[in-house]
Amino acid sequence: MPKTPRMKVSDLANPNRFMRLSNWLIPLFAVIAVPLLAYGFYLGFQAPPERDQSYIFRIMFVHVPSAWLALGIYTMMTVAALGTLVWRHPLADVAQKAAAPFGAAFALICLVTGSIWGYPTWGTFWEWDGRLTSMLVLFLIYLGIISLWRAFDEPLAAAKAVAILTLVGFINIPIVKFSVDWWSGLHQKASVFRLDGPTMHPVYLYPLMTCALGFSFLFGAMLMVAMRTELARRRVRTLTIFVAQEAR
Amino acid sequence: MSRAIFAILKRDLALSFRAGGGAGIGVIFFLAVVMVVPFAIGPDQKLLSQIGPAILWSGALLASLLGLDRIFGADADDGSLDLLLLAPLPLEVIAFAKALAHWLATGLPLVLATPLLGLLLGVPLNTLGATALMLLIGTPAIAFLGLIGAALAATLPRAGMLIAVLIVPFTIPVLIFGTAATAAAISDASPFGTAFKFLCALLLFSFVIGPVAAAAALRIGRGT
Repeated sequence: MPKTPRMKVSDLANPNRFMRLSNWLIPLFAVIAVPLLAYGFYLGFQAPPERDQSYIFRIMFVHVPSAWLALGIYTMMTVAALGTLVWRHPLADVAQKAAAPFGAAFALICLVTGSIWGYPTWGTFWEWDGRLTSMLVLFLIYLGIISLWRAFDEPLAAAKAVAILTLVGFINIPIVKFSVDWWSGLHQKASVFRLDGPTMHPVYLYPLMTCALGFSFLFGAMLMVAMRTELARRRVRTLTIFVAQEAR
Repeated sequence: MSRAIFAILKRDLALSFRAGGGAGIGVIFFLAVVMVVPFAIGPDQKLLSQIGPAILWSGALLASLLGLDRIFGADADDGSLDLLLLAPLPLEVIAFAKALAHWLATGLPLVLATPLLGLLLGVPLNTLGATALMLLIGTPAIAFLGLIGAALAATLPRAGMLIAVLIVPFTIPVLIFGTAATAAAISDASPFGTAFKFLCALLLFSFVIGPVAAAAALRIGRGT
């Protein structure tokens, strides 16, 4: 009986294997994401009004997962940057490039929903407090990374330059996370990821976590679609150069 | 090693101060920024003297970002960057020397011009001194952080605007603690020590991360 080789993580480095795997992982992630989000929002709308801010707190179920994802995507991009520079993983920079616009989008959603939430509860759309400012800086870093990707015409040169920028920019991630503890501003302190456990009431915490999980699976599906697009784009680029050389 | 560092410093300073070097252009840009603000908000002397330090800080930051593409751009064009990469000196040290030369040529004149430009805004004298001193610590931090962007975009055409976009988010902490230290120095409202120490920490931090990241970017960019 032939021994079937066990699959290793490094096997995913093969773009063709990634194409085959993502072909059925994308619909799977999407199918998981939609009911999770639907259930999370349903639970969120069932949750009783909050004591101080009645129903406006419901924007939390979009705002908080977006903020977590904006931070999580950057962390993932940092790991991918290490993958590019240290392990020379051939898909790392593809994932890094594909993830950047989603990170920027989630950071923007977080900022916009935060403003909409802030106006009725804090009385202002914007306040230059630590959390808001560091999140805006994160958004700017995302835009910088996207611009640097677009500045190079050679994907491999771009990948390495962007990887260094991504590593340097990671310094901002702990600043965003701990900004509410270091500087007191309008933004509330951490109430979910704390050393002594979440202080949020389960009636809000449960739908919040369901939504966060749903958004994460949604991001996973979108990321794989974007990675496939990027791989296809590179294939087209290589073929175009090849054809141009043939024609000479 | 120190002889080689001095050689790089001397060469870069000579290149930026002689014809075509453009060392003075930063100060002129600084003057332009400071001049534009009173036109935009109106000649309200009281308001201008109040926000003067902030205008000076923003102007100095923008002017510092302006010339960053000069650190490596010309060297990448004429091939001297390849010679520097081949030099026995560690690339981090070379990057440090080049950033220092860049700051001496473009950053220090901004600091020296600050008292003069502050007078245009009607900033009180003791405030002017505090602003200039804090800029003396803040502008090298901006230059050394900017070094990373300069190295990343060394081989790219039209890198100037891109470097500014890349580096602005990283300079925001310098601006925050620089202006906070300036404000604390002239009034007793907040403790001076905290913001000042943070500003100094950022400077030391930029001395390390700037040359190290820039050297990595240059090595990778040149395929060595």
